[in-house]
Amino acid sequence: MAEEVLEKEAVEQEAKVTTKTREPLFSKRNRKLISDPFDDDNPITVQVLGICSALAITVKLYPAVVMAISVMFVLAAGNVIVSLMRNFIPNRIRIIVQLVVVAALVVLVDQVLKAFVYDVSKELSVFVGLIITNCIIMGRLEAFALGNKPWRSFLDGIGNAFGYGIILIIVAFFRELLGSGTLFGLQIIPDSWYIVNGGFYSNNGFMLLPPMALITVGIIIWVQRSRNTKLIEE
Amino acid sequence: MQELLNIFVKSIFVENMIFAYFLGMCSYLAVSKTVKTGVGLGAAVIFVMAITVPANYLLENYVLQEGALAWLGPQFAAVDLSFLSFIIFIAVIASMVQLVEMAVEKFAPALYNSLGIFLPLIAVNCSILGGSLFMQERNYATILEASVFGFGSGIGWFLAIVAIAAIREKIRYSNVPAPLRGLGITFIVTGLMGIAFMSFMGIKL
Repeated sequence: MAEEVLEKEAVEQEAKVTTKTREPLFSKRNRKLISDPFDDDNPITVQVLGICSALAITVKLYPAVVMAISVMFVLAAGNVIVSLMRNFIPNRIRIIVQLVVVAALVVLVDQVLKAFVYDVSKELSVFVGLIITNCIIMGRLEAFALGNKPWRSFLDGIGNAFGYGIILIIVAFFRELLGSGTLFGLQIIPDSWYIVNGGFYSNNGFMLLPPMALITVGIIIWVQRSRNTKLIEE
Repeated sequence: MQELLNIFVKSIFVENMIFAYFLGMCSYLAVSKTVKTGVGLGAAVIFVMAITVPANYLLENYVLQEGALAWLGPQFAAVDLSFLSFIIFIAVIASMVQLVEMAVEKFAPALYNSLGIFLPLIAVNCSILGGSLFMQERNYATILEASVFGFGSGIGWFLAIVAIAAIREKIRYSNVPAPLRGLGITFIVTGLMGIAFMSFMGIKL
């Protein structure tokens, strides 16, 4: 009797496995997870997440790129881990569990940065630690990873980190170019243009100050929304 | 005494969490639509910040720092646990927020209802963790200095969110270009306020 039941169950399970159509890894739905955060669902300019640690490190392009890569690692790995654990986490303590997962990943990133690019990690100072409380990460873990399978969560993490990184890089590009005339530390604006050498140009030191990062993001939002009018508020 | 006053004024105005470091921007942008909610969240941030910074200062100095464990015995003097500081700090903050939430729910239910969802959100407000990390980076000499710094930073954050909420309440009646409405203009106004706050930079007590 018991054997019969077990057998029946096994047959049923097999049927389930074979009838379930497997979604291709890069189906249209999955591709949207990566492409959406670039524009329509950008984490910074539309979801208003992760602005905290984003702006202070955009004075130069190089640290901004390092920051974007670190966030991408933490977000993708955190999404996968939380998605794997999503059925075992009690609802009441999920915030603390998520924080611990993220904090462990950030410790990893911090130690790797200290070991391989020490001067950049000094430049990022407390902002590496602040990846823990970067709202993009908590926001995506809460909104996506807790309810989706690991592969989709991974794609979502990568997509959102790209959307975040692209804003970071645009802001850093303008601030470094206009503020110190360099990109990645290489001089772009020729020496002969500067006033000290008899030219007409001088660096806009204002771009290096914190408030200009906010105003640059404001202008990016302006440009994005006048192009993509369905994002306009009210 | 003068040193304490110096740290206090500096943490409120010159090194304002929002205008100088952009910490806690997400909740600052999300919750600043009306002055009332802004005041509620601001008060909760002051409270949590004033508790967690000194608590983390004690942990940093007696557990985490290199040589901090010397009080346990000479064989522990070489132990350096500072790589653990992120995890420990965030655990302290998360549990402190939980404690505050329970205490407020028990003793001031009216305040609890008006704060609602904002209370647990404080755990992921970067200005709180930022306060502890700056405290670690700047090596304050005594716990009193660390407490004053935490309290002052909280007040600075409170000032910023109340000010932007008041501006946003008024800006609703002005004719802002459509693509800038809402988020865009808030960013630009915050930038202008940041420029205004930079005028405090020269202050030295």
